[in-house]
Amino acid sequence: MASGTTTMSNDTILKVEHLSMRFGGLMAINDLSLEAKRGEITALIGPNGAGKTTVFNCITGFYKPTMGMITLNQKSGKQFLLERLADFEITKHAKVARTFQNIRLFSGLTVLENLLVAQHNKLMKASGYTILGLLGVGSYKREAAAAIEKARYWLEKADLIDRADDPAGDLSYGAQRRLEIARAMCTEPELLCLDEPAAGLNPKESLALNTLLRGIRDEGTSLLLIEHDMSVVMEISDHVVVLEYGQKISDGTPDHVKNDPKVIAAYLGVEDDEVEEVISEELEGGAR
Amino acid sequence: MEYFIQQLLNGLTLGSIYGLVAIGYTMVYGIIGMINFAHGDIFMLGGFAALIVFLILTSFFAGIPVALALLLMLIIAMLVTSLWNWTIERVAYRPLRGSFRLAPLITAIGMSIALSNFIQVTQGPRNKPVPPLINDVYHFGDITFSLKQLVIVIVTAVLLAVFWYIVHRTPLGRAQRATEQDRKMAALLGVDVDRTISITFVMGAALAAVAGTMYLMYYGVASFTDGFTPGVKAFTAAVLGGIGSLPGAVLGGLLIGLIESLWSAYFSIAYKDVATFAILAFVLIFKPTGILGRPEVEKV
Amino acid sequence: MTEQNFPATPGLMAKALKEGIFAGVLALGMFLLYVGIKTDQNINNELIWYPRWGLLAIFVLVAGIGRFLIVGFVAPHINQRRLAKAKAGIPEVSEDKGFFRKHFLKIALVALVLYPPVVMSIYGTQGSLKFVDNFGIQILIYVMLAWGLNVVVGLAGLLDLGYVAFYAVGAYSYALLSDLFGLSFWVLLPIAGILAAFWGIILGFPVLRLRGDYLAIVTLAFGEIIRLVLINWTDVTHGTAGISGVAKASIFGIWSFDVGASNNFAKSFGLPMSSAYYKIFLFYVILALCMLTAYVTLRLRRMPIGRAWEALREDEIACRSLGINTVMTKLTAFAIGAMFGGFAGSFFAARQGFVSPESFVFLESAVILAIVVLGGMGSLTGIAIAAIAMVGGTELLREMEFLKLIFGPDFTPELYRMLLFGLAMIAVMLFKPRGFVGSREPTAFLKERKAVSGSFTKEGHG
Repeated sequence: MASGTTTMSNDTILKVEHLSMRFGGLMAINDLSLEAKRGEITALIGPNGAGKTTVFNCITGFYKPTMGMITLNQKSGKQFLLERLADFEITKHAKVARTFQNIRLFSGLTVLENLLVAQHNKLMKASGYTILGLLGVGSYKREAAAAIEKARYWLEKADLIDRADDPAGDLSYGAQRRLEIARAMCTEPELLCLDEPAAGLNPKESLALNTLLRGIRDEGTSLLLIEHDMSVVMEISDHVVVLEYGQKISDGTPDHVKNDPKVIAAYLGVEDDEVEEVISEELEGGAR
Repeated sequence: MEYFIQQLLNGLTLGSIYGLVAIGYTMVYGIIGMINFAHGDIFMLGGFAALIVFLILTSFFAGIPVALALLLMLIIAMLVTSLWNWTIERVAYRPLRGSFRLAPLITAIGMSIALSNFIQVTQGPRNKPVPPLINDVYHFGDITFSLKQLVIVIVTAVLLAVFWYIVHRTPLGRAQRATEQDRKMAALLGVDVDRTISITFVMGAALAAVAGTMYLMYYGVASFTDGFTPGVKAFTAAVLGGIGSLPGAVLGGLLIGLIESLWSAYFSIAYKDVATFAILAFVLIFKPTGILGRPEVEKV
Repeated sequence: MTEQNFPATPGLMAKALKEGIFAGVLALGMFLLYVGIKTDQNINNELIWYPRWGLLAIFVLVAGIGRFLIVGFVAPHINQRRLAKAKAGIPEVSEDKGFFRKHFLKIALVALVLYPPVVMSIYGTQGSLKFVDNFGIQILIYVMLAWGLNVVVGLAGLLDLGYVAFYAVGAYSYALLSDLFGLSFWVLLPIAGILAAFWGIILGFPVLRLRGDYLAIVTLAFGEIIRLVLINWTDVTHGTAGISGVAKASIFGIWSFDVGASNNFAKSFGLPMSSAYYKIFLFYVILALCMLTAYVTLRLRRMPIGRAWEALREDEIACRSLGINTVMTKLTAFAIGAMFGGFAGSFFAARQGFVSPESFVFLESAVILAIVVLGGMGSLTGIAIAAIAMVGGTELLREMEFLKLIFGPDFTPELYRMLLFGLAMIAVMLFKPRGFVGSREPTAFLKERKAVSGSFTKEGHG
């Protein structure tokens, strides 16, 4: 059970309302509504093909939703309608960062360079959109040094400081996952969306990841994550949303969701009539 | 009206030739995802082979029936270019398969330069005129339709039928389509991928040789530079029709042929190639998958 | 069959013989018509043909024996060496840098600055012309063009097959504007660069959302369109005839190289009249332009925009997820690459004194791209080496008069220039698919700067 409920506030950071996404004849997401609270780790789970990554792609602007509204509330009170922004603007202005299911690092750049690219917008401004920086005037030098310091901070957090000057493609799988998270954090997001961060990690790496994610939350960044590994979900999330066939079937604390018969049915993959059976059994058994 | 139909017929003839060459581009692109830049020069090699065979035939057998001469020209040109393309794939492209993506493209450009200059060096830089092979012309009112145009359209149609049969009705075609979909999986299922790719190059070359022979017959002249412009136009045709799609290549070829002849007739001959290239750019910008191509979804 | 693992396999000779014969037969089939028979026009412009069996035999024998030797001797030998190396555990890349490699750039620059006076002292004023012009200027133009294209292809990973269009824009801008307004080279040089960059943005804007090969083909189409317009817009460009008498550059307006001018360089210094001075001046101009290109490129690489280019080459989607406006990033790469092309173009026009569409064919784009890829994308040193090897090598062919002694007086080595260029492109790609310099220098480091091996860098998809 998560212990981070102490910093919880009732403030909603992300609100998804009546989201639908259609690919040709396929309804990948159907009228989905969900909320993520500020300062919490919200997990999005569901069987394969439930539409989790599609939800992510809609939130981060890689897909334009067919219908629905996605609102992001910043700490400052500023609101953004994400479905109206281009993908890069969502990161740049709305401060939502993301990672990818199949890791997308700049494998030919060094670990440090990866983190510097993530601070592009800030550095661009400091370099006077390249022109002042090229002439050697302005605050670019100072900002560049600050960027390296920020990178160093996240490298230490992600336990990658010894590999800073190695190519990102040379890292182990687990280290690449952590680097991708560190890189996303260098954009200074208010909401961090992680697509299966624990996939393919060994138990030790998985543990280190949990620590890293909790640390990120405790520093004030809210997290939204897709995860298959139930132990990770149960361990670190404050709030769980369950999807199946593009629809929400359950929503609540990890304990609540764990015992929801619909969730059990979805995960065990029973037939529809059996689901009803399970539900009725549960109801009769008075488990709730 | 007659003028329009006349131009339509001319465009159809030219389009058939582009379509034949376009198939070679589209098949190779479909199967190994590579723009075979040297394909236009294979087409040029085919034209030269036909030219040389024609010269030999007419000097040894002066009274040879035209149909037989044409058949021999076609067959020998197809054989020779097949050998060339097979060897080129084997020597220059296969070692680079799965390597750095730009490497095969650069190799293909290098091959294109090498092939056209090889012909320049061995056969000389001057244009080679051949006496007209077929002179018959039919008149329908104001419209003239020459026998050679008819031959071109018929040969193209027959070859396309044969080709369609091979790709859709034979085990070889199935292997090709499987390799195109997923090379690794095809290999796991026992398709000899290397052989399939080789055959694809051979088939593309044979069709290009036919196109080269027709081009020679139609224009009556061959030059070592003939690979580039028709090659790019045929590639445009392949893209216009939807690269990877065989009917698309033919459709694209016909469209390019029609556009070219109609543009020359009604607007300006000088800018006919500009029209072709502009269409290529427009299609790619607004409908990159072409007319019959499959839509591509960006995977995140 | 080259994957022979055990060199001393029994039956190796039989196999080599078989492959040799196969190669010979294949060569016979391939070359029978093209080499075995020569077509020519007689006085009546009719085609005639005559056989060249001897030459054909040479081709077939070379192919057969060559293949036999490779399969039978060379391949086993190479495998043996590779095996020994693997056993000894020697890494393929050695990390130590000698004095020469460490200071390579400085040494190269000093050598280049000293090149014209040295050549002049050896071959005399007039004799140096060939070396300064054909080898010096010619190679440096390609170095500059390739460095310019490197920004687009090598750094940003956008495949551009129509780069020569910007070269043409630069050349025609200079030729036309100097003719119309009488402006000097030094005024028009930046204008030509800006115009080319402007065209880069105009052409780039609609096409930059295209991916990979599609982008390559559209840029090729644009390159051809610009060339065709230059050919057909005769009122302005004089079509294929081109524009001649393009004004020469001057030494900042102080000394001129026009023969009749009162401030003629040679006259002012009491030197004998020679076109060599102009060439030497141009050599230093293009050298300075190259240095400018290199300086700007190196500086930009360490700036956020340069890092964004390289990140774009590695993974465009990840770039967007980090808040980078990829369209703007691509456009700046396109514009800056085009600008360098424009500079090179206006220099070219001033050097030739003549521009025509003939100089801006697709082949030029292909050659420049080939130099970038052969050099190793992104590496300025590698690209310079590739330019010297490819352009210098083909220029060298012009000089090989002694070949006439071997192949007879009719032999013109120049004819084989492009044939060999094409074959060299293929050979380099086969043996070094990542080019001469495959590794990249990181732009920032915490503890030490370690080169990134080419196996990690991506080539971009655009």
